[in-house]
Amino acid sequence: MTRSKAKQVDSHRQSLNSTPREMTGAQMVWEALVAEGTTVVFGHPGGAILPTYDALAPFEASGAIHHVLVRHEQCAGHMADGYARATGDVGVCIATSGPGATNLVTGLATAQMDSIPIVAITGQVPTNLLGTDAFQESDVIGVTQPVCKHNYLVTDVNELPLILKEAFYIAREGRPGPVLIDICKDVQNAKGIFRYDFEIDLPGFEPWPSYDLGSLLDAAQIINAAERPLIMAGHGVKLAGMSQELLELVEKAEIPVVTTLLGTGDIPETHPLSLGMGGMHGEAFANMAVQGCDVLIAMGMRFDDRITGRLDKFAKQAKIIHFELDKAEVGKNVMPTVAVIGDLGETLPALLPLVSERRHQNWTQTLQAWRGDTADSDIINYEGDELTPPFVIRQLWHATNTAKQQRVLVVTDVGQHQMWESQYFIHEKAGQLLTSGGLGTMGFALPAAIGAQMSDRNALVWAVAGDGGFQMTLQELIVLQQEKLPVKIAIINNGFLGMVRQWQQIFYDKRYVGTPILTPDLVKLAEAYSIPALRVTKPEQVVAAYEQAHATPGPFLIDFRVKEEVNVYPMVPPGAAVDELIRRPKPGMVQGYSGVQPSW
Amino acid sequence: MKYTLVAWMRDKPGVLSRVSGMLRRRNFNIDSLQVSHSETPGISRMTFVVDGDERVVDQVLKQMQKVVDVTRVENISDQPTILRELALIRVRTTADTRREIMQFAEIYRAQIVDISADSLVIQIVGAEDKVDSLIDLLDRFGIEEMVRTGRVALARGMRIGSHKAVSSVWKARSTPVANGNRSEREKTGGV
Repeated sequence: MTRSKAKQVDSHRQSLNSTPREMTGAQMVWEALVAEGTTVVFGHPGGAILPTYDALAPFEASGAIHHVLVRHEQCAGHMADGYARATGDVGVCIATSGPGATNLVTGLATAQMDSIPIVAITGQVPTNLLGTDAFQESDVIGVTQPVCKHNYLVTDVNELPLILKEAFYIAREGRPGPVLIDICKDVQNAKGIFRYDFEIDLPGFEPWPSYDLGSLLDAAQIINAAERPLIMAGHGVKLAGMSQELLELVEKAEIPVVTTLLGTGDIPETHPLSLGMGGMHGEAFANMAVQGCDVLIAMGMRFDDRITGRLDKFAKQAKIIHFELDKAEVGKNVMPTVAVIGDLGETLPALLPLVSERRHQNWTQTLQAWRGDTADSDIINYEGDELTPPFVIRQLWHATNTAKQQRVLVVTDVGQHQMWESQYFIHEKAGQLLTSGGLGTMGFALPAAIGAQMSDRNALVWAVAGDGGFQMTLQELIVLQQEKLPVKIAIINNGFLGMVRQWQQIFYDKRYVGTPILTPDLVKLAEAYSIPALRVTKPEQVVAAYEQAHATPGPFLIDFRVKEEVNVYPMVPPGAAVDELIRRPKPGMVQGYSGVQPSW
Repeated sequence: MKYTLVAWMRDKPGVLSRVSGMLRRRNFNIDSLQVSHSETPGISRMTFVVDGDERVVDQVLKQMQKVVDVTRVENISDQPTILRELALIRVRTTADTRREIMQFAEIYRAQIVDISADSLVIQIVGAEDKVDSLIDLLDRFGIEEMVRTGRVALARGMRIGSHKAVSSVWKARSTPVANGNRSEREKTGGV
């Protein structure tokens, strides 16, 4: 959530009726959620959370809060995550003690790695049984501590209202993240006084550090003197809602932009200064730009190893300027020349007038030449009999362009199709792509798409998954029926755990151990869930399949039986510098790897 | 190099596990760690020693500050500081060695706090190298059991204020300075 939106939420809370009232801990949970503006929760009941579920009834009856029953708690986490990514608001999930809570862990870890605000509520055994290995007891605080921004164990009902308010505050403010509240069953039943007019007092928790003007001036000076500047834009730009300002900066000083996976669409990918995604599967020209620039302006990103490649060879010619909200990310992986620590929502608008209007003709011409050098069109326009994933993805982009809905969201899983989506779908807006970037959680697409669609039933939501990841969470298909959600699903089905197979092919001499994967008949499977479905095996069927999916109200599934052993290129081998990449071969060329092939 | 850091934290259940869990998770090398009450009710004070270079310490400070219950962190390594450690050492004694051991204790201004027929317990307070050197001396008599508190530290004079003071780690400079006059650590928001 952007800072200004957080302030709005805050004033909304202040305007609520804050008369202290007596109620049970269970009721407090829902009262607080209503006060925070939550309308949807994703969860699964169980013994230790039953009092809270019982207290939900009047809130559901009045339409204040809708509960989405999931089929596995991991997906409650992913749905809350998808909801939060699509809205910028806090997503809420709920589970019982023990296995319910441990199942949530993957969802929380995914959100933590990608800075997604989630509040997770779990039941815990009664306080008198804590630490006795009671039925369905687990040390949820201990288990979730490393994967949460913060967490709370509630053993006293009088502390619950403040904890609920703090949890939302911590999840939402500054760099967002998941917060878990573990509530003992007797606390849910106990009565206490509910009020919600607390001032949050967390000394040491500084979500919005104010930026240093001196650093900003230094940054502007370096940018103005640059001959070959480059912006690397990450998730922070989207979280701060600064796409428009970024575009202004880009055009004013003619600075090309490379994005991270989560920064996809920070500026429209149709823009001539957009170089798309960089890093392990970024286009060669994007990575060459990183290696060739003399000033690298990193905005709201954290120099993950997938974007930097080998650190000691990363952007060696460049002075690095790091705009970042989270101080701990500065100097963690890459030591910048100048860091501007603060909210991009403040620092970027403040930077704009300090940057002079400039043209970098030599630099943009060089980039243009590099761009022509790596023809992805060889793959896109490939006219063979075989169905290839890049073609399927590019056609998806064409199809969504002509769809009647204004808002298009693509939710990808993890693996080859995720990279193909990022390469061949042309993203126009920040936040159009929802994907698990940091943790790389297979099984993310379907539940996150459900969460996103719950926040906006009119959006066109496409879940794109591989046959491997889809099978990790396909039990959630029934939620599409349960909630009448029109999520469209594209399965890039190649009979392998494709990305792992690609690594085995390139680095393990084609020993495909554990990667060939059996998949049930997905069309029949979809039928079992009363979801219309199609199988596509030839390139000429693709366009019609998308048309049919869009013309069919409600959910739709397409099983794309694509060519099996296709690799994602370009590829930076792990441990190599980002310009030591394996280029995209021409069609018909043998795809192989014979050591690192420096490209320039 | 070894750095001495001091952290203040809200005295909440599990706060030690939050901090130690973070230090383990991020693969920091901690030599010693000591927690006790501070002068402020509800605030605990932790002294810990980090082994690493300046970048490691910078990260430890920043990651520490991100733990919600931690109110403030200071690197006091380059300040004039009183560093102390307390050790209790049970040494084996015989009629022949007892007098010699007691003489050593006296030289080190250590105290004999317990005595039995075949052993005595020495309490020593001092900087770690002083404690180390007494332990070296006593080793040949046979140390039966030993406990050390780990380093505790307090800055001299008025260098550290109360926990309410603004952390030097956390507040960026607010006045512009002419380009080039600023140290690397200031520019990167470091410590």
